[in-house]
Amino acid sequence: MTMSTAQDTQGLLWEVFVQSKPGQPHKHSGSVHAHDKEMALQNARDLYCRRSEGTNIWVVPASEIVASSPEDIGSFFEPSNDKVYRHPTFYHVPEGITHM
Amino acid sequence: MDQIKLEENFQAKLDRNEMIEPKDWMPENYRKHLIRQISQHAHSEIIGMLPEGNWITRAPSMRRKIVLLAKVQDEAGHGLYLYSAAESMGISRDELLDQLHTGKAKYSSIFNYPTLTWSDIGAVGWLVDGAAIMNQVMLQRTSYGPYARAMVRICKEESFHQRQGFEIMQVLAKGTPEQKAMAQDSLNRWWWPSLMMFGPADDNSPNSANALKWKIKRESNDQLRQRFVNQTVPQVEYLGLTVPDKDLKWNEEKKGYDFGEVNWEEFYNVIKGNGPCNKERLSAKVQSHKDGAWVREAANAYAAKKNKVAAA
Ligand SMILES: [Fe+2]
Ligand SMILES: [Fe+2]
Repeated sequence: MTMSTAQDTQGLLWEVFVQSKPGQPHKHSGSVHAHDKEMALQNARDLYCRRSEGTNIWVVPASEIVASSPEDIGSFFEPSNDKVYRHPTFYHVPEGITHM
Repeated sequence: MDQIKLEENFQAKLDRNEMIEPKDWMPENYRKHLIRQISQHAHSEIIGMLPEGNWITRAPSMRRKIVLLAKVQDEAGHGLYLYSAAESMGISRDELLDQLHTGKAKYSSIFNYPTLTWSDIGAVGWLVDGAAIMNQVMLQRTSYGPYARAMVRICKEESFHQRQGFEIMQVLAKGTPEQKAMAQDSLNRWWWPSLMMFGPADDNSPNSANALKWKIKRESNDQLRQRFVNQTVPQVEYLGLTVPDKDLKWNEEKKGYDFGEVNWEEFYNVIKGNGPCNKERLSAKVQSHKDGAWVREAANAYAAKKNKVAAA
């Protein structure tokens, strides 16, 4: 039952981001294959929103996503570690002062 | 970093119960193991649509028909979530499908058994999805992130699958003597193949040690099988049916049931391709892929034409 799909194609890979409720951020759901934008959007709807999981969908060609690499986790995120003054707990609020 | 250091870091990360993500370093064998497991799982969801699809046109009522349609559609979705997870490890969808169509990749043996009567649809939802759920609940905490996240989504959708199956069994078991006999016959045929779904016994399972070390699995085949029996026997009793196992007995000491030996010869025989429906399932899948070729070609041509217009 040999059957080569070498000439075959499932189309591009698209990453899918779904907003679960109005006002919420879009969250990565998974991916779909599709040959163009419209099809990607429809496939994403059929695959990731069969139970009213979403109010809005973004689809992005997977090849267009730029991601930081895990090996750089130290050097890439390091610069923020020593800036404690970016957190409110760094500051002393005098007793009696409220609403701050 | 040298290989040994990398592997140590990898194992340390797993031991801290941290997840592995697609771009993280991983041992080649971990990648291979997971591509095999996730793709087998995906193929099982897809091939699993065939025995149930067989009854959509003959469902006994409109309610049963829309429920079965929705369930089978969910299984297609599960297959697609899992193909996506496998692809994140660097294998293409075309390669994955090719492995299935050429018989190189396996799928769960349970789907090589036929659905002969309507009550088989009840037994499949109740027992087969039930056994799958037991395994998938564990896999929600598997160490590979995309696989674990696909499992969370799948588990949310599965519980209606099992309930609709049990509902079918309930109606038949409380129906006429003929209906009850039909339900019992389905239980007789699906009980043992369902226990086989958990895989070989622990002392005979070559891939288990790595799967546990790498936190891909968190419980052994026999542990899951035992839990399935413990949970399902009271459901059989509720239905007023009989488990087809003369050795089944409550064991107060282990607070679980003792049960008979699975027929492992049958299990390996079906894996080897000699089950009742192996050939039929694979040829149906290959045929539907061929039948869909013109759709993919047309979509491809249309996309190419639009890109050309946009570029002009
Ligand atoms: Fe499923
Ligand atoms: Fe299911």
